[in-house]
This record gives sequence, structure tokens and C-alpha cells, in this order.
Amino acid sequence: MGAGHAHQLYREGRSPVHTLPPHCKIAAVFCFVVVVVSTPREAVWAFGAYALLLAGVAAVARIPAGFLLRRLLIEIPFVAFALLMPFVAEGERTTVLGMSLSQSGLWSAWNILAKGTLGVAASVLLASTTELRSLLLGLQRLRMPPLMVQIASFMIRYGDVITDEMRRMRIARRSRGFEARGIQHWGVLAKSAGALFIRSYERGERVHLAMVSRGYTGTMPVIDEVTASRTQWTYAAALPLTALAVCLTGWMLT
Amino acid sequence: MDAHVTAAETPKTPATGPEAPPSLQVSGLAYAYPDGHQALFGVDLTVARGERVALLGPNGAGKTTLVLHLNGILGAGAGTVTVAGLPVAKRNLPEIRRRVGIVFQDPDDQLFMPTVREDVAFGPAAAGLRGAELEERVRTALERVGMADFADRPPHHLSFGQRRRVAVATVLAMEPEILVLDEPSSNLDPASRRELADILRSLDVTVLMVTHDLPYALELCPRSVVLSGGVITADGTTQRLLCDEELMRAHRLELPFGFDPGSVTVPGA
Amino acid sequence: MHVPDGFINAPVSAATGVVAAAAVAVSLRGARRELLDTAGGPAGDAGTGGGERTAPLAGLVAAFIFAVQMLNFPVAAGTSGHLLGGALAAILVGPYTGVLCVSVVLLMQGVLFADGGLTALGVNITDMAVVTTVVAYAIFRGLLKLAPGRRRTVTVASFVAALVSVPAAAAAFTGLYALGGTTDVPIGKVFTAMFGVHVLIGIGEAAITALTVGAVMAVRPDLVHGARGVAARPLELRNTGPVATPGAPAAAPAAARSADEPGATAAPEPAAPAAAAPAPTAAPRSSARRVWLAGLAAALLCAGVVSFYASASPDGLEKVAADKGIDKKTEDHATKDSPLADYGVKDITDTRLSGGLAGVIGVGATLAVGTGVFVVVRRRRSAAEPAETS
Repeated sequence: MGAGHAHQLYREGRSPVHTLPPHCKIAAVFCFVVVVVSTPREAVWAFGAYALLLAGVAAVARIPAGFLLRRLLIEIPFVAFALLMPFVAEGERTTVLGMSLSQSGLWSAWNILAKGTLGVAASVLLASTTELRSLLLGLQRLRMPPLMVQIASFMIRYGDVITDEMRRMRIARRSRGFEARGIQHWGVLAKSAGALFIRSYERGERVHLAMVSRGYTGTMPVIDEVTASRTQWTYAAALPLTALAVCLTGWMLT
Repeated sequence: MDAHVTAAETPKTPATGPEAPPSLQVSGLAYAYPDGHQALFGVDLTVARGERVALLGPNGAGKTTLVLHLNGILGAGAGTVTVAGLPVAKRNLPEIRRRVGIVFQDPDDQLFMPTVREDVAFGPAAAGLRGAELEERVRTALERVGMADFADRPPHHLSFGQRRRVAVATVLAMEPEILVLDEPSSNLDPASRRELADILRSLDVTVLMVTHDLPYALELCPRSVVLSGGVITADGTTQRLLCDEELMRAHRLELPFGFDPGSVTVPGA
Repeated sequence: MHVPDGFINAPVSAATGVVAAAAVAVSLRGARRELLDTAGGPAGDAGTGGGERTAPLAGLVAAFIFAVQMLNFPVAAGTSGHLLGGALAAILVGPYTGVLCVSVVLLMQGVLFADGGLTALGVNITDMAVVTTVVAYAIFRGLLKLAPGRRRTVTVASFVAALVSVPAAAAAFTGLYALGGTTDVPIGKVFTAMFGVHVLIGIGEAAITALTVGAVMAVRPDLVHGARGVAARPLELRNTGPVATPGAPAAAPAAARSADEPGATAAPEPAAPAAAAPAPTAAPRSSARRVWLAGLAAALLCAGVVSFYASASPDGLEKVAADKGIDKKTEDHATKDSPLADYGVKDITDTRLSGGLAGVIGVGATLAVGTGVFVVVRRRRSAAEPAETS
């Protein structure tokens, strides 16, 4: 997480998608995914249309297809799950290539694959065109509780500080000839985890002191106010509104 | 003390002129932790405006405890602390914390915001500053430590020395009456160390520097005090203190090998 | 176990979203209280107040959970598992902060890494942040109440709490699936697979959690939120000498001191009443204790039977998928990419059934008793509170 990962997550750019205010983008992506999830699975063509929409956004944002596809790998566990559906689901069965498959299972698999993939792709587009910090500002703008935003912000700021500490502890263990190979070594690893917790907690206490020393009283001063013009909202709304049109057509046709 | 340093005045400080109260006055300060362990046993310390003072002392002498009293994070069990005439008390805390800028030892603890700019802006923004004035404050503070080009970087991507400098800027942005540095030279390579010294010398602000780094104290602070066993046990010019072998030994203060404080010409001493 | 978009239908996703939001809102308030007073740093002292500690501390704990989920615990033959962290968070920092931190981790994983769908965020938070954490904490506190004051109890209680919390989350997921699953897989199959696998994962989680809590207990017992009563006891004994108030009843100085020293004892937590009067209540509790020990023994037995086969796959759902695949002779694509590739899968299916069954019974019994004890404890505490304030 944090900056180290942020580099891989975020792709620098000046495209119209990049420059949209973060809360517009978050709202648009969320609405888009809601629309996708609400689409009847039988409207196969609708999912094709959604995919085209996302491809359009990716093209405008100049996100290369390879980058997008690599990030889609996160859903592999669920692809495996989806592929099993036709075998384990009940209902009418049909025979494909000599295997007995459940029809509803096939539909389920398609449903999970299509909606899950579109959801992941939309999230990936959001994360790759929006800086971490703006994402947080956007969430704050969308009325996420300020305390929650602060916690998330600290988590991102210190995520790689702590991951670094964990890495140094591992190097220290290995430097003294320790290599974890099995359950018998869990005790040592757990001691590291415990030490990591203590360090994290104590750092939290020190951070708090540093904040209080600079006048913190419980609320973060709002330094960067993100604002969006009506035009920007309109641009952002284009994605979910088009999707909604597709979705409604889908409901009418099926 | 050094003439040109004492004459220097920070802008915008509430009271000015020759009759101005000292930046820091600590008298009879005693403190025990809730578990009963007593750390301070009556500390008396006065730092005049514009002075640069080193606070020396062995581990466990109560240095950090003393520092945490200066901006009211710990409340005195007995005795008083006043900052430029304003007593450290609950009702004054926001102003006290603006006046006393503490730079903590680990810059990662101090730089808690996502970007350098936001971090430097945190203190003044918490005090209510907004807009162009806030931006100006941030820009000036970063320029004073030579980090203006790094404003939009996340702190994690800076070198340790750069982070320490930004940490100083976060405090300078509040235009403090007194700058309190906790081990400012720790973990710095020699070049970063010198850069930080140049910056600290260029600031016209009262400095209290907590350190084990005796050559650094000699280089930067004309005056030193020794805190040992929870009381101030020595107070004088840094050079004279460092040359007093008996005193140094008594308080577990050791000079680096081959370093002779008597033979060094201290700038402005 | 991060659920993607489209797995649970829209109405149930929305409903769990509301549940998750409510749980987070409650936790935001509760976490303020939990992080208010801890021993250790000087920050709890005068001048700072307390509520504002929440953000930095919870943020750092969230970062810790995020990091520790990446710490690999090797099992055997190249496979390894990792912590889910819900139980650990609950025990170390308290249930509210635990819910909050795990929720933030899930939120960030969903938004940044697309790990877990945006519309499934409610499902994921309800399941992994709320159920895991609350179940673990209830069991942990319940066990500590039965055998208070010993360090080993803390370790054992951590083990059981983590052991139960993982299958409990699996059960909760199955419940959500029953309400709004978008596939036609019969609920019984999902439950069996989810539960069986998560009992296995729970054992790994339990071992790591117990070891980690033990490690923290050894160094900074004051930081183990769930065991503050345990940590505070020796402090109370040591302080009885010089400043005793003459003529006062024996219990009074202890109470006064715990009020004076926010660091030494956790004032708002149930630790104080338990430590204050263990003796008189011991007799009526002994039967409950026997039931408890039986449940504990069952859980441990199940641990013993199946631990040999423990694989602690990092992702339960993935493993469910794999297991289901084995039943239907499709292991080629199901296990190709999973850490189970080198695993003696054929052997498991039969043995796992028996082990899984024992796990189900033992864990279910523990869960039921744990919930019961938690309710009783809560009632007693709420009865005690007005008495204290009056």
C-alpha cells in the first residue's frame, strides 16, 4: 500500500479522466457498478456494451490494455469459483463436450464472471487515474465520516513505513541464519508480528504527540478543498448514465 | 552571549523590545509519571529570546519529559513553564503549541500527512489559516529549509536528511517563538548534518536543542545546560562545559575520539 | 474471501451496506472510548484529552493489519498461509477499534486494489470486519471471565476466539448467500464447503493469533486491550502498602486508584468488576465453567484431528472452489494456480469430513456458549454501571 504500491496503482497522466475531480469519479464508478450488478444476466449484449464503455474510458485516459489486464488478475480466485458453477449447481442439465453441466450453473458462472470483471475493471480505472490522496479527498467529499478518512489516510501514509519495518525484521532474522520453513517456526514469526504491532502502536502514540504539538484537536484542518463544476459532473455522469440506458434496455428486452 | 543572535527578533512575536520576556522560563518544574516514577525534580531554566541553547544529558535524565512539558503535553506536577510570558496552562494550549515548535526525533512520526505541502500546512491550518496566506506560509517555511521543490512529494519518497529538514519546516510554518529539536543530528550523514546546521544558523528564532552530539552542540549553541537526574546540574558556555572533564564524566557525557573542544574556534563564540 | 461485484444480489448488498455503515458508525464512537486510555505513552496524561488519539492509533493499527496480512507463515511443501487479522485486532485493540481498522483495510483494498467489489463492500465489511471481530472478542472475554488472571488463559482464549471467528464468518457469509446469492448452488453444499475449509483456516489463524498475542503479552501486556484486567492485577497488589487510607473498606482504595490512574486499569471495560469479586461468584459459575471447558475441549479436539491436514490457504473461497472441484473431478483447472497444487488432496476429502464434523460440533458449541456468556456479561455490566455512577 501507500507510496510504494501507489506507483504501480496510479498512472501519471493529464487526460480528461485524470483531471476530473475525485469525488465525481468515485460516484460515477460506484453508480456504474451498481447499474452493472442490477442488469439481468440474460442480457448478454448489455455486458458487451459495458465493456465497450470501460474500454472507451481507458482509451480517453490512455491506460494501456496490458496494464488493465494485469490488474484484472486479482479476481482469479473468483474466476476459479465461477468456472466450477456449471458443475456443482443444480437444475436442468445440458451436455457440452461430453460433460454434464447445469444450465443455471452456466448462467451463474457467466453472471459472476461478467459482473465481477466489469467491477474490477471499473475500480482499476479509478485507481489508475486518481492519486491516492485525491481518492481520500473524494471520499471525504462524498461524506465518508472524517474520522474514517483520517484513519485511511494514516493507514496509507504508514502502510509502507510498517511494511518496511517488517522487511527489515525479516532481513534481521535471515541474517542470523533463521529461515522459516514450516509450522515449527511460527513462534518466531509470531514474535515478529507481535513486535511489529508494538512498534506500530507506539509509533501511533508518537504521531499523536507530534500532531498535538502542532495544534491538533481532533479534526483535520481542511487544506485542499476539492470542488467540481457542473460540467465536470456532467462528464463524470456520462459513464453511469449511458450504462443505465443500456441496463434499462436490457430489462425491457429480456 | 553572542551579540548578533541576541539582537535578532522573530517577526510577528507578540512582545518585542529590550524588555521582552524570555522565550522560555521554567521554574521549579517537577513531574512524576502516573506509575509513580518521578522524572523531574525541580528544573530551573531560562532561555532568552534569540538564544541557541543545547540541552545535554545522559539517557534517562528526563530530557524528553522536559520537552513534553514545554508545550503542555505533560502537565507539571509542580512548578511553572512560561513561553514568552504566557504560562503553559490548559486555556492557553493552542497558543502555546503555536509558540513552541517541537521537532521530534523520528521525522516519520512528524510527517504524517500524505504530501510535504499538506504536512507543512497542518500546523498553521489547525490554527485557522486558509487560502493564499496559508500557501505563502508553507512556501516560506519550505524555502527556509531548502525543500520548496519537494512540496508535492509524499514524505516516504524523501531521504532521511530531507525528511528531517521538512520536519523543521512543519514547525517553522507556525512561526514559533522557540524551536525545540530532539536529537536533530541523529542518523544524518555528514553532508545532511552540515546542511541542517546551516539552516538552523540561518534562522532568527530561539532554539533549544536536545542532543548527545556534543560537537554539534558546540558548533551551533553558544550556551549549554546539563540535565541529569531530573535537575539542571550545569549551565554555561558550551565550550567551557565540554572542556570540564570531571563534569562530563559525572554525567556520562563523552566526546568523540580525538575531539578537543578547547582547540576549536566556535563561530561567534 | 473478498467477495466481488455480482456475487450477492443488489438488495442484499444494499442491506449489508446499511448494516456495515451502522456498524462502522457505532465503532467510530466506541473506538474513541477504547483508545482513550492506555498505559504506556505519556499521551494519556493531562492536557491532551483523549478522543483525538483515535485517528493516528487506529490508522497505525490498520496499517499493521495490512502489513501483517502479507507476512507468510509456511505450512509445508511450499504452501503458506497468512493472518486474516480480525480476531487479532479485536484482542489487541478492542472490538470497536478492531471493526474500524479491518473495515478501513477492506475499504482501501476495494478502492485501490479492486480486491473485493465496490457494491460488495457492505458484504465484505459485515462478514470479515464485523462478524469476525465481534465473535472473537465475545469469546475471548467470555473465556477470560471464566479463568481470570492468568497469562496462559489469554493465550488459550486467543486461540479459541480466533479458531471460532473464522468459521463464524464463513457461516455468516453462507447466510448472506442464502439470502441473496446469485448462483444456484444449494445452500447445504456452500455451507459444508465454506465451513469445513474455514475450520481448517481457523486453526491456522488461531495458532498465529495466539502466538502473536502471547508475544505482545510477554513484552507489553498493557497493549493487549482484551486482557487489561489480567495485566492490571499485579499492579494493584503492589500498590497497597504506603498510601492506604485508614479505616476504609478493603475494596475502596483499589477502586479509587483505578479511577486515578487511567493507565493502570481499563476503567470502562468489564475487567474491573471481574477482578474485584471473583470469589463469591465462583460457586454458581462452576457449572457454566464445566460447559465451557467441554466446548473448549471439543474445539481443541477438532483442532488436534484436523491440524495435521491444515493448509491455511490464504483465501478460503478459493479453497472452497478447489475442494468443490475435487468432488467433480475437475482439479486440473481448479487447483492449477492455487497453493494446493502439491497438496495430498485425495487423502483429505475423507479425513477432512470427519475432522470437519468434529470441528463443526465443537466450534458450534463454543460459539453458542460464547454468545450466552457474552449476553450475561453484558447484562451484569449494564446492571453494575448505574450502581457505580450513583
